[in-house]
Amino acid sequence: MTAGVAFELRTTWALMRRAINEIARVPAAVIPAVLAPTIFMCGLAAVFGNLTQLPGFTTDEYLTFILPVGFMQGAAFTGAATGVNLARDIELGWFDRLLASPAPRGVLLAGTVLSASLRVLMPITLLMIVGLSLGVDWPGVDGLLIALFIASCFAAIAACYGVTLALKFKTQAAAPLMQAGVFMAVLFTTAYAPQELLTGWLQDVAEDNPVPLILESVRQGFVGDVTWADTWPGLLALAGIGVLMVALAMRGLRRSSA
Amino acid sequence: MSAGAAAPPLGARIAGEARVVAALGRRSVRQAFRRPQFLAPIIVFPSLFLAVNTGGAGRAVDLPEFPPVNGFLDFQLAGAMLQSTMLAGVSAAIALALDIQIGFVDRLVAAPIARWSFVLGRLVATGVLGLVAGLWFLGIGLVFGAEIVAGVPGALVVLALVGLNAIAWGTIGAAIALNSGSPSVAQGIFPIVFVILFLSSAFFPENLLLEPAKTIAEWNPMSPIADGIRDPIISELSLGPVLEALGGIAVVTGIGAVLCARGLSRKLRSA
Repeated sequence: MTAGVAFELRTTWALMRRAINEIARVPAAVIPAVLAPTIFMCGLAAVFGNLTQLPGFTTDEYLTFILPVGFMQGAAFTGAATGVNLARDIELGWFDRLLASPAPRGVLLAGTVLSASLRVLMPITLLMIVGLSLGVDWPGVDGLLIALFIASCFAAIAACYGVTLALKFKTQAAAPLMQAGVFMAVLFTTAYAPQELLTGWLQDVAEDNPVPLILESVRQGFVGDVTWADTWPGLLALAGIGVLMVALAMRGLRRSSA
Repeated sequence: MSAGAAAPPLGARIAGEARVVAALGRRSVRQAFRRPQFLAPIIVFPSLFLAVNTGGAGRAVDLPEFPPVNGFLDFQLAGAMLQSTMLAGVSAAIALALDIQIGFVDRLVAAPIARWSFVLGRLVATGVLGLVAGLWFLGIGLVFGAEIVAGVPGALVVLALVGLNAIAWGTIGAAIALNSGSPSVAQGIFPIVFVILFLSSAFFPENLLLEPAKTIAEWNPMSPIADGIRDPIISELSLGPVLEALGGIAVVTGIGAVLCARGLSRKLRSA
């Protein structure tokens, strides 16, 4: 490994560690984001649990159906929080000092967004513990690994979206825009019910939106067997959205440094 | 003025305090409209949640025990309004905690005005924001095909209940701010709002909730409030649900007022 690559990896890891340190040092800011997916899972299962009685519903256990949405929601909100944190760093002037450092722009972005991939493991762990203790079906090791991998990648993608907006608006006041964007991405899908049971505009939106493909890849192990046919469309959608979001975030970084 | 000068008459004092409360209320409303962080939880997120619930669980009206409604949107409007007004209370808590943090409340406490004025000003603003939210949701409901079966009188009852519920949750928000003095603590209340709503009949009929949510919803004061706001939308106006909603609002206001008084006296002791 060349000295340059080693330096870039060390810088990326240092930025990731800084973001993760916040969990221990400012727990009050993290607890709501960790609890929210579990609260939503339990709440939505209690409220809409009887939807499984509808003909055409693909499982008879709504908690099992809705838990994978918690994976995506945890990833999305962790990513949005990364954007909010960057906006705070911009407001405080800390990010300007990073831009003045010799670290390449790609490393600054990687360190910032990959921290989301690690932080998302906290809400997901809580979600799995509560879900399994309430009777959610075990997805199998392969199903769980696929779900974890996709959720980690999705968190980084959502973080790129948050970073793009933070670099554009340079204020924490843009937080609702970051949160609303990821909220729509995750829930304007087959989150609540299978495609055939959605109604009105949501049926059309969910059909044209690539995120349901990702959600169904996460969900497959929980509601049935893991198959390549249910995995590759999600991975492809993930890669497509990922390339787009990284490109937008890099453009934002380049414009900020200009 | 000498130390023995006569106090102004009661009417003038009340008018003076009303002007202060109105001015502080106006400031709070402006603050909400100027900062997207405060307005988004009241309008944007409940609207998105309403859209998702309606599109995602719209087939619920086909369930055998679902009450007769024109559409699932009609049923969901009350839940969206409740969510909005409860989050208005939390946003008020964050704003008041920020005022405490930057010393604005200390300056008001030192001013020659009644000490509860800044709390009352915040409550007035929360009530106004509740009315705005009520109008917003009735408006988008009508645009997207909902019907208000009880007509204009029903809509007015809905708005009145939504405004009062916002004030009730404003007292809870003020209590949180006064007792904690921390915007982070107030921010942390957001998930609890959803817990309270999920464990009520805000989003689904009580008889179709799963246990233990069903049993908790029977005791949750938010259930009669949700049913009271929903009743004029899905059926003709009747007194019973409205009175039950007012009872629920009284319970929330009572809890909020007691906690608020405790927080205010603690704040004044430390000022």
